[in-house]
Amino acid sequence: MFDFGIVTNWINDLLVGCMPVWAATLIECVIIGVLILLAYTVLALFYILYERKLCAWFQCRLGPMRVGPWGLLQVFADMFKILIKELISLKGTDKFLFKLAPYIIITSSVVMLACLPWGRGLQIIDYNIGIFFILAVSSVGVLGILLAGWSSNNKYTLIGAMRSGAQMISYELSLGLALMSIVVLAGTMNINELVAQQERCWFIFQGWLPAVVAFVIYVIAATAETNRGPFDLPEAEHELTAGYHTEYSGIHFGFFYLAEYLNLFIVSGIASLMFLGGWMPFHIAGLDCFNMVMNWIPGPIWFLAKAFFISYVIIWFKWTFPRVRIDQMLALEWKYMMPFALVNLIVMAVFVAFGWTF
Amino acid sequence: MSVKDCISKICPSATFEEGDILLVNVPAENWRKLAEELKHNPELNFDVLTAVVGMDWKESLGVVYYFTATSHKWEMLSVKVAVADRENPYIHTVSDLWKVANFQEREVYDFFGIKFIGHPDMRRFFLRNDWKGFPLRKDYDANPALNPIPTDDEKNEDDTISYVEQPDGTIKGIPGKVFKEGDYVVNVGPQHPSTHGVMRFRAAIDGEEVKKVDVVSGYIHRGIEKLCESLGYPQILHFTDRMDYMSAHQNRHCLCMCIEKAMGLVIPERAVVIRTIMDELMRISSHLLSFGCTAMDLGATTAFFYGFREREMILDIFEKTCGARMSMNYNVIGGVIADLHPDFVKDVKALLAIMPERLKEYHKVYSGNIIAKNRMVGVGHLSKEDAINYCITGPSGRGSNWSNDCRKKHPYAAYDRVEFDEVLLDGCDSYARYMVRMKEIEQSCRIIEQLIDRIPEGDIRAQVPKIVKLPAGHWYTQVEASRGTFGVYIESDGGKTPFRVHFQSPCFNLVGVMDLCCRGNMIADLITIGAALDFVIPDIDR
Repeated sequence: MFDFGIVTNWINDLLVGCMPVWAATLIECVIIGVLILLAYTVLALFYILYERKLCAWFQCRLGPMRVGPWGLLQVFADMFKILIKELISLKGTDKFLFKLAPYIIITSSVVMLACLPWGRGLQIIDYNIGIFFILAVSSVGVLGILLAGWSSNNKYTLIGAMRSGAQMISYELSLGLALMSIVVLAGTMNINELVAQQERCWFIFQGWLPAVVAFVIYVIAATAETNRGPFDLPEAEHELTAGYHTEYSGIHFGFFYLAEYLNLFIVSGIASLMFLGGWMPFHIAGLDCFNMVMNWIPGPIWFLAKAFFISYVIIWFKWTFPRVRIDQMLALEWKYMMPFALVNLIVMAVFVAFGWTF
Repeated sequence: MSVKDCISKICPSATFEEGDILLVNVPAENWRKLAEELKHNPELNFDVLTAVVGMDWKESLGVVYYFTATSHKWEMLSVKVAVADRENPYIHTVSDLWKVANFQEREVYDFFGIKFIGHPDMRRFFLRNDWKGFPLRKDYDANPALNPIPTDDEKNEDDTISYVEQPDGTIKGIPGKVFKEGDYVVNVGPQHPSTHGVMRFRAAIDGEEVKKVDVVSGYIHRGIEKLCESLGYPQILHFTDRMDYMSAHQNRHCLCMCIEKAMGLVIPERAVVIRTIMDELMRISSHLLSFGCTAMDLGATTAFFYGFREREMILDIFEKTCGARMSMNYNVIGGVIADLHPDFVKDVKALLAIMPERLKEYHKVYSGNIIAKNRMVGVGHLSKEDAINYCITGPSGRGSNWSNDCRKKHPYAAYDRVEFDEVLLDGCDSYARYMVRMKEIEQSCRIIEQLIDRIPEGDIRAQVPKIVKLPAGHWYTQVEASRGTFGVYIESDGGKTPFRVHFQSPCFNLVGVMDLCCRGNMIADLITIGAALDFVIPDIDR
């Protein structure tokens, strides 16, 4: 497969050749910053349209149709509308925290986005504890939600924030344990290595039973982590009007909105990296011709296709299931999913120890 | 022993008036004793307080109560209690005997200023506490200068009062508080996605658990009963479509029946059958909306659209025949306003043909879902005794296994010649109420199926004089609306306009059990319970 590292190294050499190293690094940082924000915006816009169209089809509707062909330009209209809306400041709010909260949320999701590799060499942050880093950064997002709920000085937002805290802290356990099962299988936390090990066969097939169980647990926990239906209690619109972001307007609300969609992409992206091979094409050992055809499809397309597929499943959940209640949600996590994920981790360890994997 | 003899024995000073329903005149001082006997005496056993009608007869103020005895073939009785004192009228409460009287008496206090001795919470119900005057009194001064539009924020009124009779016969007001000091009170409404209109609940919560719910109503009260007093009978008909707009046909049917009963009109057979079919179509449309909204309130947005897809067909049928999709204004005194559209039978049959399939789809997508079941089963328990005590009629009462279908108990229109089952479930919870509605859709389809090919030819309305005048007297009529028993009380002094009209709406009683059902449940359950009780706010705020 094409190694994108060739391109990045060429740019690096070009810059270092004509200016001091610090200046080259600075320029590279700026370019990367611009690229990631651009990717962030484009993805968010795509996801908004994606979900609106999908939910419309689930509901026997057409979805946005008026702006542009098949409503494709609707999201741009929406984006400009939200950019020019007034930021309403309220009496009685904690002004500093109120304004800080959306930035914390958006920062955490931008950093997570930077960790995802889109193809061979097409990655911004590559740690040897990559997956651990992603989990750590994702926990920062809940801080933003708590701050938003608390600083708004509103009972609905406070209840929403409380629910969100309980929910995200709980479900992070299953999420982490499900990912740990794969780490046990792979023996590494480095995302690049994780993907490289799936060249022969995706992890969901390599680790068969425990990997499939981990995948199911991961998808459920990820749905809860992103506050999406049926786990959208923190913003349960029919109970708390809009939950923790009730009082936000304009682009500050937009940040919550974008972060929600981007988090959906990020959890889907992680699932695709950890279980479905990330940018690695679908290979079947022995069928060399088939593998070569698969290799012709570029890595980023593989990665995006897998991520969009998992997002589709999560969107499907949201538009089909009713919302669970707070006690039922916590019972599901602490009584069923977490013990199950723990047992699954042990099973995976046993499988790996005895070499019962493919 | 007849009811009359029995009451004479308990209260010798009572006088009787025969009419469509037996009326007992009781002096105010004997009322409490009679009320206790009415409830507990096994010979009387009037266990349902059907309606409470506040009255101003100019020389006296008073209340007309309508009772129903479920154990005595749904026999009805009315009791008239009057007091002459206009400054401080006091009547003993019956809210401890029939819990439904709690809100009903507050409404009477609100509009007539009659204070009920022993009522635990004698606040106004619809109007603000600082309102001057009692609007439904005949001598009410409607001068806007007395009650200017307030420009400051409304304060939360936590003060309440209860009147207690002292041993020496004097009456003393004891102030109280609605919520305790330190209660964490969350405001749900009046603008809220799930109150199905402009309704406001104040809920004291502890964490996620609801401790108490206080209903604050009246945000869209239009004073329909007061308006009726200045309009002629054909003119007041259109108000009924605007109360419970999901039971527009049934409500209007009820008012027309009441006026027709008073006039002694005989309705052409064709009109009777058309009215029955329209009522049942309305019921299906209402239950479909209820299905959609219940699903929506629980977060299943897609099921909402499925319910609306079929409701759309019914609205199209209405549009073709009545010319409107909502507020159809179809029934008139003596019959219906226009003949059926030529496509009517074809369209109705198309609807009946697809309904069984679509119901299966609803159950597949929503009723059978494990999350939906967990959210509704066992939530908002309402026992049969409470349902009777709070007069929770309609599908909500039948979900508590209380057989109360007016179409069976007091058959009217064409209901005595069609076969259908009264749907009863004994779950006593939100799921049972929800399922009763789904099953009633099947029964309504069954009724329409039997009638659709047998619509008789002939006139669509009887000959009615240009100016409708009712003889002096009073009448009470009930129909089974989509959400329960809807009653109309008309009192006439022989003129062109009614002396008093009262609409006994089922939703008013439904909202009365919110506190009972929600206590000890979670915030999310408050929404579920509200959705499954399925009240419509304009029906409460008439």
